[in-house]
Amino acid sequence: MTDAAVADRIQFAFTVMFHYLFPITTMGLAPLLVLLTTLHLRTGDDRYGRAAQFWGRIFAINFAAGVVTGIPMEFQFGTNWASFSAFTGSVIGQTLAMEGIFAFFLESGFLAVFLFGAGRVSPVLHWLSSVLLAAGALISGFFITATDAWMQHPVGYRVAHGRVELTSLWALITNPFAYWQYLHVINGAFLAGSMLMASIGAFYLLRGRHTGFGRLSVLIGLTLGTVFSITQIFPTGDMNARNVVHYQPVKQAAYEGLFRSQADAPIAIIGMPSTEQHRLLDPIEVPGLLSFLSYGEAQKTVPGLDRFPTDSWPPVQVTYYAYHIMVGLGTIFLALLGLGVLLAWRRRLFGSPWYLWLLMLALPFPYIANEAGWVVTEVGRQPWLVWGLMPTSRGTSPTVEAGETIFTLLGFAGIYSVLIAGVVFLLGRQIVLGPDRKPAPRRRLVRTR
Amino acid sequence: MESVWFAVIVFVLTVYTVLDGFDLGVGLLHPWAARTEPERRTVLASIGPVWDGNEVWLIAFGGLLFLAFPRVYAAGFSGFYLPLMMVLWLLIGRGIAIEWRHGLDDPMWKAPLDLLFFACSGLLALLFGLAVGNVVRGVPLDPQGYYQGLFAWMLNPYALLIGALSLTLLALHGANWLALKTEGTLQQRARGIARWLLRVLTPVLALATLATFGVRAGMLHNYRAAPALLVVPLLVAGTVAALWLYRSRDHDLGAFACSSGLIAGLAAATAIGLHPYLLPSEPLPERGLTIANAASNSHSLAVGLLWLSFGLTVVVSHMLFVYALFRGKVAEGGQEPSDTEYV
Repeated sequence: MTDAAVADRIQFAFTVMFHYLFPITTMGLAPLLVLLTTLHLRTGDDRYGRAAQFWGRIFAINFAAGVVTGIPMEFQFGTNWASFSAFTGSVIGQTLAMEGIFAFFLESGFLAVFLFGAGRVSPVLHWLSSVLLAAGALISGFFITATDAWMQHPVGYRVAHGRVELTSLWALITNPFAYWQYLHVINGAFLAGSMLMASIGAFYLLRGRHTGFGRLSVLIGLTLGTVFSITQIFPTGDMNARNVVHYQPVKQAAYEGLFRSQADAPIAIIGMPSTEQHRLLDPIEVPGLLSFLSYGEAQKTVPGLDRFPTDSWPPVQVTYYAYHIMVGLGTIFLALLGLGVLLAWRRRLFGSPWYLWLLMLALPFPYIANEAGWVVTEVGRQPWLVWGLMPTSRGTSPTVEAGETIFTLLGFAGIYSVLIAGVVFLLGRQIVLGPDRKPAPRRRLVRTR
Repeated sequence: MESVWFAVIVFVLTVYTVLDGFDLGVGLLHPWAARTEPERRTVLASIGPVWDGNEVWLIAFGGLLFLAFPRVYAAGFSGFYLPLMMVLWLLIGRGIAIEWRHGLDDPMWKAPLDLLFFACSGLLALLFGLAVGNVVRGVPLDPQGYYQGLFAWMLNPYALLIGALSLTLLALHGANWLALKTEGTLQQRARGIARWLLRVLTPVLALATLATFGVRAGMLHNYRAAPALLVVPLLVAGTVAALWLYRSRDHDLGAFACSSGLIAGLAAATAIGLHPYLLPSEPLPERGLTIANAASNSHSLAVGLLWLSFGLTVVVSHMLFVYALFRGKVAEGGQEPSDTEYV
């Protein structure tokens, strides 16, 4: 791999992982926002209205950061991955353009109505703007996941004239790889959104401020979070993993750290992969579980890394650790949130500060788990850029050199440092101000003629 | 089919320039138009609900170019590598300047963001002009259809002239928007700026037109082949005349419509001149990327057009809804989302 390709990969990984922090929040808060605006519309209860306003403000700050960090993603295909773009544009261009046309316009238009239109449109229309805003966020997630799914499992194309040509748009958007992957991605964001809500609610309860709002946030976040933490594992995680087993067995061998093909294959809970000795060091394993999870039968043979030539392996350590972080955290979330529901059921939730502390401090972990999941998907796809079609080293721009990419990477690093400081400051300020921030007297934004 | 897609790309880029053009222009001239904090807020409120949607047209342009002419997307974006990265950084800076300003009511927070808003808007207008100038002039494509467009090469007199045209035109467009959306002192100032810019624009535009035929004589080829097309440049000239008329009568809506028409007319006139080239090559014209050698396969173009015709109908209708919702003058002293119920 050339220096340029390494620099391109680092830049893409950095900018996309930074960007994704914000869509996790906006996609995750989207259904919660709709829930709150719906409750407000149905009951007329001001508590829901104020909660929707508060989370709307949090949403808006993240949305703005998501927009400005999202634009570089689309343009980087052309700037740093020109050969890939020229090779796959007929297919990839479809889903990326659809995202712009069907999702971004919807989001930007109705976010404006939702934020600025409160006094100008009817309550029903205002509610509808929150629904369309949420729809935009979820549609955007779908097209991006469908784009990625095609790179994992290309469908609906032929190779002709030295490039990929689309033969079926329908096959592209009904890619069997895309559906479970999308549901897993979006459910992961929902889980993070729920935990964010519960975490901020727990903060207010521990502080003894805005306790009504805090209880509402903890209860909604905890209840939905528990449901999402279950569906994150089953069915979405399980089915997504089965797709990997089916279409990308070498990726599964890498993330499970399974060096030797074997029947009755174990799952490693902990262990350090050694690519020198081709085995896990100090493993703690559950025998037979991997065969069972992969095929539904403990006796079946699971292909290990020994089944594949070494040069077709993804980077084993990164893939393995990212996967184990994701799965480990997912299991802990289920336990943590399940415990909360149990406490709530025994009516001891709000009298258990130790639990509220746990809930509050859990805030960063769903973000780590979501990012780790994408690391498994993308690093595990190596050495391919498009699975079986184009190696990563061949996708870069012929005229962009490593020195140029490192320069722009440093530029992004600097700008994003300022950006994250600003976002943290603005979010922190909203949390300190709290949900009861007195709204200024309602004035009309624009005077109609 | 390829020609239809050429028209689609030009259309989307033109809509982007007309729409984001006025909020870029507003950013560029707001230090002169708005002197006090309430005036600044009024200026921001005039573009607050729409600027983000306007910018989505640029993203749509990127996606559609990727779909229809992947080689142009690849060669153009990697060729103008550093300038394009700077465009991305400027878009980031501009976005946060607009969205963060109302986050804290403190002059020490707002002053640097106002400067950022101004600088990013101005540099974006300049870079967009430079890019157009260099595309029209032609880029040194290698046999594979790639090139390395460094600043040392991009900053040629012709491209700088187009950069100056872009700055003046978008600033004028922004001044027309402000005059349309505001009242009182702010409106008077915006009108004054617009009149001044119009006096600058007219000779710059004439000079740029002549220079274009100087650097690319081929721009006249399509007009010679179909003289009826000359109606487009004539319309552009007519729009400039109408702009003078409306500006002298302080007819703000007419003036804004004319500057929108002027941008669209210039885009159309340039596109007609370039067709079938998307990225002309100089000094070896035969290496140029055209709608024939850069297009995706016909199935991709056909299904793309199918969903796009549906998609654009939806987009245009809800954009019209949003613009209609926020039509009319911005309230004096402005209002920002922080003052409303939701942000």
